[in-house]
Amino acid sequence: MATLLDRRLVFVTGKGGVGKTTVAAALGLAAARAGRRTLVCEVADQERIAAVFGVPAAGFSEVEVEPGLSAFSVNPDDAIEEWLRYQLRSRTLAGLLGSSRVFQYLAAAAPGLAEMVTIGKLWELAQLERKTPSAAPYDLVIVDAPATGHGLALLRAPQTFAEIARVGPIHRQAGIVESFLGDPERTAVVAVALAEEMPVSETIDLERRLRSELGLGLERVLVNAVLPDRLSAADARAVEAVATAGSLAARAALESSLAAHAGARAQGAQLARLRRGVEAQTTTLPHLLTSDVGRDDLERLAGTLERKL
Amino acid sequence: MSAGAENLERLLDGRQVVICAGSGGVGKTTVSAAIAAGMAARGRTVCVLTIDPARRLADSLRMPELGNEECRVDPERLRRAGLGGNGELWAMTLDAKQTFDDIVEREAPDAQTRDTILANPIYRQLSNAVAGSQEFMAMEKLHELHRSGRYDLLVLDTPPTRNALDFLEAPGRLARFVDSRSLQFFRASGRAGFGLVGRGTGALFSVLKRATGVDLLSDLAEFFNAIGDMSEGFRDRAREVEALLRDEQTTFLLVTSPRTAAIADARFFHRKLEEAGMPFGGLIVNRVREAVGAMAGPELERELSVLLDERLARKVLRDLEDRNSLAARDARNIELMRGEITGDTLIAVPELAGDVHDLGGLAALARQLFEPEPQTGAE
Repeated sequence: MATLLDRRLVFVTGKGGVGKTTVAAALGLAAARAGRRTLVCEVADQERIAAVFGVPAAGFSEVEVEPGLSAFSVNPDDAIEEWLRYQLRSRTLAGLLGSSRVFQYLAAAAPGLAEMVTIGKLWELAQLERKTPSAAPYDLVIVDAPATGHGLALLRAPQTFAEIARVGPIHRQAGIVESFLGDPERTAVVAVALAEEMPVSETIDLERRLRSELGLGLERVLVNAVLPDRLSAADARAVEAVATAGSLAARAALESSLAAHAGARAQGAQLARLRRGVEAQTTTLPHLLTSDVGRDDLERLAGTLERKL
Repeated sequence: MSAGAENLERLLDGRQVVICAGSGGVGKTTVSAAIAAGMAARGRTVCVLTIDPARRLADSLRMPELGNEECRVDPERLRRAGLGGNGELWAMTLDAKQTFDDIVEREAPDAQTRDTILANPIYRQLSNAVAGSQEFMAMEKLHELHRSGRYDLLVLDTPPTRNALDFLEAPGRLARFVDSRSLQFFRASGRAGFGLVGRGTGALFSVLKRATGVDLLSDLAEFFNAIGDMSEGFRDRAREVEALLRDEQTTFLLVTSPRTAAIADARFFHRKLEEAGMPFGGLIVNRVREAVGAMAGPELERELSVLLDERLARKVLRDLEDRNSLAARDARNIELMRGEITGDTLIAVPELAGDVHDLGGLAALARQLFEPEPQTGAE
């Protein structure tokens, strides 16, 4: 597990609906267990991470959800205001500018400004010497990043900005953030996937685009919700042989077992396709067959991650 | 589960635009394609606009990867897949950058303005890299096709966004973006060489310059200068798109999954739609696991142990338990959604075996959507 948890900033991305938030939270738990001061950070309006740990969210401030593990939600408006404050070194001036029409025009017009300040904030969180007064440092910041396309846009923001602001303070900052993101010793991108066609294709595509568009490698693919395959090939033949025998209930049970077997085999085929298609190492995580993801499930996932990474 | 289920055809009767929204990973693209195919089989001329479809689905529809043009799915192949009818099915993959470029081509007053815009760094980033431009352009293309009058029904598969709503704000954002006041500000500042732009504005401007750097501002000024003459057209269109979204011939279908996390998304989305005054048509819960007509118990275990051996019987029972617990969860979540969000306008689609990636799969999905069978299984 050393390599991944020794980074300072880990982005968890992947296709929508694959369980990024859950996996990011479990990864955070595993990191905290390994003694890292860890922050799990989401980039969205919906504050879900704190809730996953059963703690009320606190807006634009870091919340300790258990010893060694904090949660945080970056929202662009607050991030822009904080950035201006830091930029102008004056709360008054920042307030003036932030609330002015002119700045709102700029924020609406300058493409990707929201992404830029967001990633700037993530960078700030990952610094051992925090710019935020009296803020505690973290060893590791795990980002529950947006889905693939928007996740790439977020990672690309410093590059975008370095290009449209060719000189000046934004250009300088964008350069610093970009080199931090580009340093494999400090930053890693992890993809969460499912062993299904679309998520596998999107993951293969993600690795390719990370490399070609951003010069970044994909550190690892975490394949979530892998179903158990309880039947061996011989078992399946034995079940099939009696599938039309017995009571209605027995037949339904046999059929559901064969369906589970077929589902698991389909997953296996997609997993093989993924492994052929990406250079990154893949790690499977079990399907949490119990209903809703609760604290126990997170512990289980964290345990699997500790064992397998 | 859905006895007396909502009839999708009735729901879509008289509509010209269906917007399928929802968070990523719920099968929105395939549901959109199946709705379009189903309505085409029912005699409508339908076009489905999708974003980034699975390669195999795109191949099965013979959709070109790029080009931003709609093309017709071969009626003979539809017929063979059981989707025959006297309608037409058209499909296209949206290309956001191309759509944006097309607008500039069409609206620019002269070649020089066009080239200035296309080469401007702000424009390039805006049309290419920025999250939200896809949403923006999906609306634009929808509007264009609607105005063409070629189709009875347009089905839009919206881009997957975390909160599924960016596209609702797209027209407004476009209007704000070319807002005449911001335009005047940047044009004036461009002409004045960033110096002499009125006293109050001048002070703000120098702060802005400190915060951002001067060339960003000059690029913005250039961009707004070039786009200035087109702004009237942009604003008019933004208003038209907005009106189209609120029109009674438009309806929003929310596609979701029965997973617990999806309930919060669905609730959130539904509320936003209501706040925005957009017409909500119904909720489609995709890939629902249905209960198997058997319960694990000593009697079943005995019977299976006779049919198989004890070891294998236990495996089968565990598979059964997994399946039933997932089905119970799905059923509970559907009831929650029905109660909190939709009332009767909820269509539950059972999980199909394997991914939907060909016309046969689309036909099966369309059957589930348009002719849902009332569930008969035991509790």
